[in-house]
Amino acid sequence: MSPDRQSLQTTALQVLRSIAPELEPDDIEPARPLRNQVDLDSMDWLNFLIGLHQRLGVNIPEADYAKLVTLDNVLDYLQAKLGAD
Amino acid sequence: MIEFKLPSLGADMEEGKLLQWHVQPGDTVKRGQVVAVVDTSKAAVDVEIWQDGAIHELRVQPGETVPVGTVLAVLREPGEAVTAAPLVQKGAPAAAPAAVSAAVAPAIPAISRTAAVTRPAVSPSARRRAKELGIDAEALPGSGAQGAVTLADVEAAAAQRSAGAAAPAAVDRQQAMRRAIAAAMSRSKREIPHYYLSETIPMAKALAWLQQRNEGVPITERILPAVLQLKAVALALKRVPQLNGFYRDGAFQLAAEVHAGVAIALRGGGLVAPALHDVGTKPLAQLMRELADLVQRARAGSLRSSEMSDPTITITNLGDQGVASVFGVIYPPQVALVGFGSVAVRPWVQDGEVRALPLLTASLAADHRVTDGHQGALFLAELRELLQQPERLAAAADTTKENA
Repeated sequence: MSPDRQSLQTTALQVLRSIAPELEPDDIEPARPLRNQVDLDSMDWLNFLIGLHQRLGVNIPEADYAKLVTLDNVLDYLQAKLGAD
Repeated sequence: MIEFKLPSLGADMEEGKLLQWHVQPGDTVKRGQVVAVVDTSKAAVDVEIWQDGAIHELRVQPGETVPVGTVLAVLREPGEAVTAAPLVQKGAPAAAPAAVSAAVAPAIPAISRTAAVTRPAVSPSARRRAKELGIDAEALPGSGAQGAVTLADVEAAAAQRSAGAAAPAAVDRQQAMRRAIAAAMSRSKREIPHYYLSETIPMAKALAWLQQRNEGVPITERILPAVLQLKAVALALKRVPQLNGFYRDGAFQLAAEVHAGVAIALRGGGLVAPALHDVGTKPLAQLMRELADLVQRARAGSLRSSEMSDPTITITNLGDQGVASVFGVIYPPQVALVGFGSVAVRPWVQDGEVRALPLLTASLAADHRVTDGHQGALFLAELRELLQQPERLAAAADTTKENA
């Protein structure tokens, strides 16, 4: 059963907002690099992934970081990991 | 009797506003215990008391702004008998208007000051969230016990605010922080003759070691490269201890431990560099946990007084922003600042051949009254070598002290 992309997006944005409270959900363009739209340092990024892990149970190894440039990349990745179960 | 005075929580601090007492006359206190919350231009700081005793009298009331050095409370030492009748606590502070002297004190809406002496209690989690959101927690209606402001109250206020104008308290704090930073940095450049050195550091070994280590642990235990950098600086300082300490009243004072001031950029602007204590002796995993906690509290505006006053050297890492190197401004009374730029794959000669390798530029800004370029160079060379041997950085609790 494939997870609903919309609910994944909502979750991802909620986690992002807990790290960057100044963010409005509509601010993020899913196809543009996240780092260009939100001020995230390496600690923030790690906290973002920890948040996703806690909410969705998905572990994202460091080797996969390079794939996750845009929000769409993140959602595609999450769907693949969750759908494959 | 001992006088407990308002400590200086940074070179740029001249006064602070007492927000809240956590103790009252009669309470026993222990060294290191947080006894009050004081607002500075940068954060609401949890002030720790430095010795054991019993509170005899509180001299400053919540809402009052006082200069650094003002006696906040009087304590009885352990074993000291109570003489005669205890002094009555300073009388009903009928709306004690905070002495708004210098422009440094952030403006708080008058409505909350005319409230009773006991300021509306705000739960710690509510205070943190309010700071994150730029909301003045004390001005909110409280739904908790005895009118206390809870996390739910803060979230409700945030939801109502939505796209409205930025809370005035947040803007005032921003301005106050900028002024504080301006004062400290101007003083630094006026008084400290800076010299600057930089060194390119190959990072392949360190990053490979880190990736392998991180693969084997849960995500919550991953260590960031920044932690390796902090540890490497602390160990490199054993070679040149004169970069770790304070210059005051015309003399340099070596610090026994390395308490690294970690430069943390605050969302929306501003900078603090609170101390991560004993970087040289703690294991990497502990440093990572403490760094994460420090960053979170710095951004929530909730730091401890020892974190504000204890840094013996400052470390700044702008690598995440993609800059190649950073030449910083030393934060007085410290005498050095180490900067780390981004890791980038660049051409490098290894074993007589040109290769594409991950490299980083580390820089040192140092006080020429205390050290010369030669010593600075020895430090950077040692830093470079340490980052080629990540296993040395990982060796748990390093207890050897080789300070001259």
